[in-house]
Amino acid sequence: MGKEMMYADAIAAAIIEEMQRDPNVVFYGQNMAMTERDPMLKKFGKERVRIAPISETAEIGIGIGAAMTGLRPIVELWMSEFMLVAFDQVINEAPRLRYMSGGQVSVPLVLKAGYGFCAGWAGQHSNCIYHTMMGIPGLKVVVPSTPADAKGLMVAAIRDDNPVVYLHSYMLTLEKGEVPEGEYVVPLGVADIKRNGTDVTIVAIGWMVKKALAAAERLAEEGISAGVVDPRTLAPLDVATIVDSVKKTGRVVLVDQAPRHSSAAAVIAGEIAEHAVGCVNALRMVTALDAPIPYSEPLENYVVPHEDKIVEAVKAVMAHDAVAA
Amino acid sequence: MPQKTAKKSAPRKAKTDTNQLRWMYTQMVRIREFEETVKRVFIEHPGVIRGHSHLGDGAEASIVGALYTRHDTDFVMPSYRCHGYPIVLGTPLRNMMAEIFGRRDGLCHGFGGSMHLADPARYFPGTSGIIGQSIAHATGAALTAQVKKSSQIVYCFFGDGASKQGAFFESLNMAAVWKLPIVYILENNQYQAYTHFSLEDANAVAGDPLSKKAEAFSIPGATVDGTDPEAVRKVVAKAADRARAGDGPSLVETKFYRLSAHGNVITVPPLPTQFPEHEAVAVYGNRKEFEQWHAKDPVKRFRARLLKDRVLTEASAKQIEAAARAEVEDAVQFALTSPLPAPEEALQYVYA
Ligand SMILES: Cc1ncc(C[n+]2csc(CCOP(=O)(O)OP(=O)(O)O)c2C)c(N)n1
Ligand SMILES: [Mg+2]
Repeated sequence: MGKEMMYADAIAAAIIEEMQRDPNVVFYGQNMAMTERDPMLKKFGKERVRIAPISETAEIGIGIGAAMTGLRPIVELWMSEFMLVAFDQVINEAPRLRYMSGGQVSVPLVLKAGYGFCAGWAGQHSNCIYHTMMGIPGLKVVVPSTPADAKGLMVAAIRDDNPVVYLHSYMLTLEKGEVPEGEYVVPLGVADIKRNGTDVTIVAIGWMVKKALAAAERLAEEGISAGVVDPRTLAPLDVATIVDSVKKTGRVVLVDQAPRHSSAAAVIAGEIAEHAVGCVNALRMVTALDAPIPYSEPLENYVVPHEDKIVEAVKAVMAHDAVAA
Repeated sequence: MPQKTAKKSAPRKAKTDTNQLRWMYTQMVRIREFEETVKRVFIEHPGVIRGHSHLGDGAEASIVGALYTRHDTDFVMPSYRCHGYPIVLGTPLRNMMAEIFGRRDGLCHGFGGSMHLADPARYFPGTSGIIGQSIAHATGAALTAQVKKSSQIVYCFFGDGASKQGAFFESLNMAAVWKLPIVYILENNQYQAYTHFSLEDANAVAGDPLSKKAEAFSIPGATVDGTDPEAVRKVVAKAADRARAGDGPSLVETKFYRLSAHGNVITVPPLPTQFPEHEAVAVYGNRKEFEQWHAKDPVKRFRARLLKDRVLTEASAKQIEAAARAEVEDAVQFALTSPLPAPEEALQYVYA
């Protein structure tokens, strides 16, 4: 049995449960735990829950150092782009230290940030930068699309002995869904089939899963059976589940909120090309257009992928015969 | 469209005479009227302003006092809380409001919004929404001025919160080493979003002013009452003189109070958004602090002083205020009727 929960609350619940379970988990970031009335501060005390200044390099770097020496920090970064200020720490420090030490050191760190807030936040607060991180060996990247996944993946991220970038979609913040009660872990690196379909496979990420499901619903009314696969984590990437589904349908549409060449979709397309060669007759990518996110609404709507574009892409691949598997 | 010529905006004399005090008051009132109007738009025209808008009410004396010392071609580079500065530089309020409304006649044609106003023709090259980074950009503008021997200086404004960012420390060090012509104005409005500065600043924790950071770079540092435009003017004038003389940067902390909340409520569309209560009350339950600082409202205080000193009469003050109201109302009407950009325009401006 589950409990109806909001996406944001599911993430918070996971953090609370893990902090209760493991005294080494600490949690800090900007604009949190400001007063003694703060519920997290009340629960866990000011040793473990802290407010940080606007100092991303130190916030993340301190997290790495603490993780190397016995803590399991969660750093609240609010928006994924704020990590860019400290990209050395994210890309060139956290994921490399274990390897360079010949496996002696580990960095159990969670960098929590929202991404892709398409609500008029303009060029520096609305982008998707996961592609930059998903190919960095040693770094894990999580992109939950439902409250249940949000909770289970956060638990897994905290328990993981590697640095994990946990990216929640700001557009899904208030989304409600069933979350299993009690301890609930979603392993990193396991994709989820969000909808079964026999004609075409849609692989969608984060907020785009919701849009892909809505598109699949519309397509079903027109007699097209579209399945939706959600990778849930971009690193590790569950290539097998994706390829498996694609092999069955022979047609694939990849939906990603990031611009085409900095999308996870482009990486997944490469995997499909290699592993499902001969089984796929048609592939389309529905991504953001190649521009930063503009401020004004009609411009933003134009740049970011939406349901109609997914429906259109599915119809385009349906024009091709499926190759018999 | 904004005019492409720089308007003479800040007459400069050693002593403030009546006209100049009036000029200061006028600019302060224009900023206040603009910000209060933006805030009202959230209620009167819901949905017209998207994203996150941040107001400069409370900062008027800091902005106007500092920019009073500006010469015509000096650069002005503030943070993302950027409405007040171009108002003083003479940027048409119509195009500013249209930008905030995301319209085609906006300063940036609807691509930037409230956080990213830019008017390079008026020496306002643009702003960043990533805290602290524009301190480095402003330092770069000072490098341009130095290399080109243009005798320009840079007015770099940023928040108390930004002064904890690496870019702050790195930029001030380089500016000091290279003796760049720049004045760093740390606008301590006492809050970094929802965080009171005493919770996150090492100088504040030790009971020192934030301008003490200047000592780390061996440059002059001063803290001034940022609710008093003349006090700000005096301190910034010294720092500007030093920059113009080629002696390098200074750090001036203007201490005042952000009078409104950090920004409008953050919501996922289509939920409506408007300005919440100030954090002092909403987060800290400290109504007393909020009221004490509202009693020091820089616009009201300066008005009272100018009336007392007979620089203004009640009638002339009201005239200035009515003119500002009319100017801002005109800007709102202009912005409301300006068209939204066409979707396909979105792919412009990506590359030069
Ligand atoms: C690098 C970075 N981290 C965090 C944020 C989120 N943020 C936006 S405004 C703000 C507070 C800035 O405070 P301050 O510098 O004092 O300027 P003020 O808002 O008071 O004008 C924060 C933390 C950001 N925009 N950029
Ligand atoms: Mg501040």
